[in-house]
Amino acid sequence: MAARKSSAKPNVSPDELRQYYRDMLLIRRFEEKAGQLYGMGLIGGFCHLYIGQEAVVVGLEAAASEGDKRVTSYRDHGHMLACGMDPDGVMAELTGREGGYSKGKGGSMHMFSREKHFYGGHGIVGAQVPIGAGLAFADRYLENDRVTFTYFGDGAANQGQVYETFNMASIWKLPVIFVIENNQYAMGTAQKRSTSGEDIYTRGAPFGIPGELVDGMDVLAVKAAGEKAVAHCREGKGPYILEVKTYRYRGHSMSDPAKYRTREEVQKMREERDSIQNVRDLLLTGGHASEDDLKAIDKEIKDIVNASAEFAKDSPEPALEELWTDIYSDDVPQGDAIDA
Amino acid sequence: MATQILMPALSPTMEEGTLAKWLVKEGDTVTSGDILAEIETDKATMEFEAVDEGIVGKILIDEGTEGVKVNTPIAVIVEEGESVEDAASAPAPESAPQSAPAEAAADAAPGPQETATTVPAAAASPDWPEGTEMKSQTVREALRDAMAEEMRTDANVFVMGEEVAEYQGAYKVTQGLLAEFGDKRVIDTPITEHGFAGIGVGAAFGGLKPIVEFMTFNFAMQAIDQIINSAAKTLYMSGGQMGAPMVFRGPNGAAARVGAQHSQDYAAWYAMIPGLKVAMPYSAADAKGLLKSAIRDPNPVIFLENEILYGRSFDVPVLDDFTVPFGKAKIWRTGKDVTIVSFGIGMTYALEAAEKLAEEGIEAEVIDLRTLRPLDYGTVIESVKKTNRCVTVEEGFPVGSIGNHLGAYIMQNAFDWLDAPVINCTGKDVPMPYAANLEKHALLTPAEVIDAVKQVTYR
Repeated sequence: MAARKSSAKPNVSPDELRQYYRDMLLIRRFEEKAGQLYGMGLIGGFCHLYIGQEAVVVGLEAAASEGDKRVTSYRDHGHMLACGMDPDGVMAELTGREGGYSKGKGGSMHMFSREKHFYGGHGIVGAQVPIGAGLAFADRYLENDRVTFTYFGDGAANQGQVYETFNMASIWKLPVIFVIENNQYAMGTAQKRSTSGEDIYTRGAPFGIPGELVDGMDVLAVKAAGEKAVAHCREGKGPYILEVKTYRYRGHSMSDPAKYRTREEVQKMREERDSIQNVRDLLLTGGHASEDDLKAIDKEIKDIVNASAEFAKDSPEPALEELWTDIYSDDVPQGDAIDA
Repeated sequence: MATQILMPALSPTMEEGTLAKWLVKEGDTVTSGDILAEIETDKATMEFEAVDEGIVGKILIDEGTEGVKVNTPIAVIVEEGESVEDAASAPAPESAPQSAPAEAAADAAPGPQETATTVPAAAASPDWPEGTEMKSQTVREALRDAMAEEMRTDANVFVMGEEVAEYQGAYKVTQGLLAEFGDKRVIDTPITEHGFAGIGVGAAFGGLKPIVEFMTFNFAMQAIDQIINSAAKTLYMSGGQMGAPMVFRGPNGAAARVGAQHSQDYAAWYAMIPGLKVAMPYSAADAKGLLKSAIRDPNPVIFLENEILYGRSFDVPVLDDFTVPFGKAKIWRTGKDVTIVSFGIGMTYALEAAEKLAEEGIEAEVIDLRTLRPLDYGTVIESVKKTNRCVTVEEGFPVGSIGNHLGAYIMQNAFDWLDAPVINCTGKDVPMPYAANLEKHALLTPAEVIDAVKQVTYR
């Protein structure tokens, strides 16, 4: 089982390239706004920003098709925006308001959208990994050709249930892509201090799961690797691992003192490897967009984000009755089940 | 010197078995390790080996004999030169290693004679129409039938767990399901509870209705994060968008002589969690009717079975689609002097105590809660208002027990009707010991229930 580094580049149209720029920028500006609202006391609790990692979800969403599923950890805002969830609903959930995706009852770490096939938003490190395999199990059972993107970090890659899941996903040939978003720090612990062996993507090899290392700061490389993994899963060949090397510019959460890395390290990454700047350069040097075109996109994004913040401030707090709803369901389950 | 071969105990809870087949005949020479016979227990068919060498002098129990009690002499081994006649009066081995577990099982479990007879269902049951035909079934068979019936009507239902398929269930509960439904729907998992519980939750999010079997609920401790954080809370955290319509089931509570890590009642643990439903049936009819309801329920259900009850027979109604609703207790015995509230295997202690109390002129009303979440408070309160006294009976630990909760609830809602404090009868506040005598004392006994009733009735 050859685990190897990916170097393929896909052909993308100028339209697609502009779309990736727009989608990545939306995540970044949204997260900056969320950080601002947190500072103003409008967002509470834990808030884990995705700034720096945008190319990972945007690249993989570009490889996904309608009906494919995704599930991730608590650093989930980027995933939700990338799969098309409404920024208003995400921001209003962050502020704990009625207009949020979970009516204010989930918060930053616990959001879902059945419509967009987004299955959370899970607060326990690694718990989403068997859940993602279970979603893939359901698709295999229902005999459709969907795949599930199961995202987790380099920290979660040391959890026991990840390997329990690798084992079952492989013996049952589940159509699941394990996306290890390696941002190089498990909270504040550097990979080399917490993780034995440098290459996490090789950890599927004993289970017969192919793995690839992907440059997570390059949206096109991510998309290319994603397409390959999707094809593998859709052909019924079982799971696939993508270790996507990325970098988080902000702290682990809003209360991170950032004592575990230098300011220079972060600055160097921002200046030399930033995924949004890379695409911006590609658009301009390739003649696919003018400065004015990009300014228009920047303004559009700014308006969307500002509107989401206004919505999130204006949306009322949930009614007190909401405390007692959604504990039990009276309905038959929704979803893709076989009609009995 | 001739030696008797005794019917062996081949599992912690075996009390009797079928001597399925003799693999030796009288006059055969056997040596240590030779297979003498095949013995069928309620869980499996097992080979029984010779321990000593000698000649099969006499076979005392014919093959095909059912209900052979553990420790019954089944054959005699003689030495070279001994006559078969000598064999008839052969002594049993002095301390047969099998006898200890067998005794313990008999202490912990209903006596062997009870196992053989069917426990009649409560005289008038609102769970089925009057005049319904009944048949005797073990709890084990009732659970299997419930799963099979639901799997026939809903293609989204499947069962996964350790040894559920080819082994036919570690406790034979899933016996025959693989043959009927195939390996797509009856799935053997590796021994990784955390992982497969999580895969079950994901499958439920994805539209299926999984039945996740834990070989025992002791092992569900490995999976408790997925059960609580993922299965129970997602409906709420998603603002009602998605939840986990699934059943986690398996034996719960003490079996016999398996020590602290394998003997624990988790009823109170799971009953604490909003988002979960919790069922803990006693009878075969309730096991069947509640499991069918659990599989249909759009919420995650913890279904707590009991290894000792698996082999007990009860009347089960013969109906095309028999279900028991959640949140509805069953009154097994009506009485005016005291209310005894129990559930699951606790009912064996409660009913036995009530019978003995009746002989002394104390009429106990015995309520089986059947489900702990939702819990039928109304039936309990109504009964307490009639009897003015209450004793709760459960096998779990005393601190934070279901009995504690009921006691508090009764105090808040029927204080003026109480003529005595509510007493909780529970297992002892100790990890389960292995030694037979200690285990017996760690568990609840009918005598303790009788004592409690006498305290609250001031007799």
